Amino acid sequence: MTVFILRRTLTMLVTAFCLTFIVFWLTNLAPNLEKVAKSEAGSRITDAEVESWLEKNGYAEPILLRYGQWLGVLPGWVIEGSDGITRGRCIQPGMTPEQAPRYCGILQGDWGYSRVFRMEVADVVARGLALTGKLMFWVLVVMVPGALVIGVLAGMREGSRLDRALSAGSILTTATPEYVSGVVFIAVFTSSAVGLRWFNGSATSAMEDATFANFTLPVMTIALYGMGYIARMTRASMAEVMTAQYIRTARLKGVSFPKVVLKHALRNALIAPFTVIMLQFPWLLTGVVIVESLFNYKGFGWTLVEASSNNDIDLLLGISVVAVFVVLVTQLVSDIGYALLNPRIRLS
Amino acid sequence: MEPLTWTGPIGTWLDPLLGVAAGLFGLSVLASLLVGMFIPASGPLPQPDGTVRLSQRPRRWAVLAVRLTGALLLLLLLGYLLAGLLLPYGEAGIVGAISRRFLPVWIALALTFALSFLFRRRLGLYGRLFDSTVGMIGFGLVMFWVYTALFAGLFGWIATHEPLTAISGLKNKPPGVPLPHAEVWGPGAHYLLGGDNLARDVFSRMVMGSWTVIQIAPLATLFAFMVGIVLGLPAGYRGGRLDVALSFIANLILAFPVILLFYLLVTPEIVETGLPSYMAAGLFLFPILFAAVLLWSRFRTDPKRGAILVAAVVAGLGWLYLSLISQRGTPLDFMGRFDLFDIPSGVLVVFVSVVFVNSPTVFRIVRGLTMDIKTRDYVAAAQTRGERPWYIMLWEILPNARGPLIVDFCLRIGYTTILLGALGFFGLGLPPDSPDWGSTINAGRQLLSIFPHPALVPAVALLTLVLGLNLLADGLREESLKD
Repeated sequence: MTVFILRRTLTMLVTAFCLTFIVFWLTNLAPNLEKVAKSEAGSRITDAEVESWLEKNGYAEPILLRYGQWLGVLPGWVIEGSDGITRGRCIQPGMTPEQAPRYCGILQGDWGYSRVFRMEVADVVARGLALTGKLMFWVLVVMVPGALVIGVLAGMREGSRLDRALSAGSILTTATPEYVSGVVFIAVFTSSAVGLRWFNGSATSAMEDATFANFTLPVMTIALYGMGYIARMTRASMAEVMTAQYIRTARLKGVSFPKVVLKHALRNALIAPFTVIMLQFPWLLTGVVIVESLFNYKGFGWTLVEASSNNDIDLLLGISVVAVFVVLVTQLVSDIGYALLNPRIRLS
Repeated sequence: MEPLTWTGPIGTWLDPLLGVAAGLFGLSVLASLLVGMFIPASGPLPQPDGTVRLSQRPRRWAVLAVRLTGALLLLLLLGYLLAGLLLPYGEAGIVGAISRRFLPVWIALALTFALSFLFRRRLGLYGRLFDSTVGMIGFGLVMFWVYTALFAGLFGWIATHEPLTAISGLKNKPPGVPLPHAEVWGPGAHYLLGGDNLARDVFSRMVMGSWTVIQIAPLATLFAFMVGIVLGLPAGYRGGRLDVALSFIANLILAFPVILLFYLLVTPEIVETGLPSYMAAGLFLFPILFAAVLLWSRFRTDPKRGAILVAAVVAGLGWLYLSLISQRGTPLDFMGRFDLFDIPSGVLVVFVSVVFVNSPTVFRIVRGLTMDIKTRDYVAAAQTRGERPWYIMLWEILPNARGPLIVDFCLRIGYTTILLGALGFFGLGLPPDSPDWGSTINAGRQLLSIFPHPALVPAVALLTLVLGLNLLADGLREESLKD
């Protein structure tokens, strides 16, 4: 087990390295840097001015060198500009070059500075994560029990009318991407055209104070899309368990049907959905981005959109580090949890 | 001119009927669910002769009620469509007028279904699809959009107006609004589903949007399958270091949040560097590779015929490939006069990124299937015969993996459609005035709570297409498992 976790952690680190390097490379391609220069120093500057701005701010160095600096394994750049001011990667405003530390990368805990939000990246990401965490908490509270109940009800009597009705519902929700269900919800429940004004069409006010009126629609929009998928997996797993020998034995012994479902079948039927739920997290991230932009909820997904459309390099890197770790950690947890839940699986 | 109402004059007596039928159907479905839950399937009934009989009576009544009311509801809905086809323009309202516009699609659908149903015993898996209701519904939905796209895109039949022209005075107008200067009371006199925020026809944009989706989604999925198959087969069959390396790369791409990847790949700045063109050059090689290896592994023992075949296919596909990747105005432009066609650069970028995102998943599926199938006896027999690895992979393993692959292909087209919509929703790739469904939803969402129809119409269209693909995949899975 320890060897397994160690090996997985190592793979995880290598993956994170590669991914952050890809993001670093893509965001530092020449046209992207030009865009950064123009948005910082004015959009009408000449090519020569762009060049000198990039040089002055340390963007002209080789990309591997700068990636090392961002990681914190190489000393940060210090450049004396033609205007006589010494700028440096690690020199914060109000700091002389002598006071600044030599290394300032992600290993030293310095995530850089967000150009768009004019804040430390760590603060921006933490604020976004806190808000998205709140959203995700409620999504999971709605989605997981709902999906499991639907799946178990559908799978306990395969082919029954209840099963068919619930399965049709699950297919419908998996076919409805968030931007469709969100638009339909807003049109039906908040518009003056339909006239049911039950909920708010914007979740901006939910950032401070989440209420039933302003938080229901975003939560339901994300939860519905994932719910159908988990419910179908649960149904398949439940239907398979219900045909097992020990279920038949229990029925023949005279155990009542509800008792068979709850005591004998449920535990074994929930192993597969556990993995599925954990592996849903990366998908939920996409949903979060869409829903947060649609409902104007300024969490992690919204931050991602803002950072990418403005090519905010440091912030994008920070976001991808977090996103990649979420994905990889959930994969790891799902593997370990699967092995713990199912004694027939041995990790080697 | 009068605006059209939803159901027109016939609605005055058809609408209340529909309401009653829908209410009855809802009640009977609820009743049948309750009966199924609370009344046991078989209550033993003692008979006068001393035996015991199982009673199904309440259940049977419930089923009958659901069937009858369902049929009534369907008949009434069909009535609206038929009324639109038979009555003069406007008598059956917006629904009837739309039904009339879709006349070529109805004819094509009816022909497809009639022919397929007649010959379904001779059509293999496709024919068996018509044994499953779910599969038929899914197939019907998918084909509806395919025919709509083809007729609208190739012949310009179904749309009533140009998707890009605005008519002043119709900005955000509700469905059924008449054109300001229309004189003839006939097709084209109204915006059937209203105007959008730039005074363009929502109905025509929805119809033309299907053409964008049907052009990109199936082809992109096919390319993703080519990449996934060409890399997944050797990874699963050989294993070892190749497998480790390819799996690592696949997991790397899968660990990327899809939206972040799109934002990084599909911005104008990245397009300027030519990166998508280079990726296209790499990814589009796979179909040629696939075709060449497929043919050569089969005709290796007959080198003369094999060489000619392979050379012909490679030359043909190669020319297509070169014209595809050589684009005017991008860093890759070398074909000059021999360039057969140019794809708008936005479409190419979207295409490449969708293929790129989909192929790792296909790779994993193919790899898993290969690892499972390579332990079978017929693979061992082929190995004993002395067949080459590529022959075994492409002619022994791949045909036997087709069932799950076909099912996944349908699901993946749906997923690709969702991805395309997401790209449009974030305004990435395609030009902002493009009529594709994602961009239209994005444009309509600004004023969603006041004028919901411009966003709602494409949203429902996208939903029905993806639902159709999912149902089709379900039907196919059910039928292919019967073997």
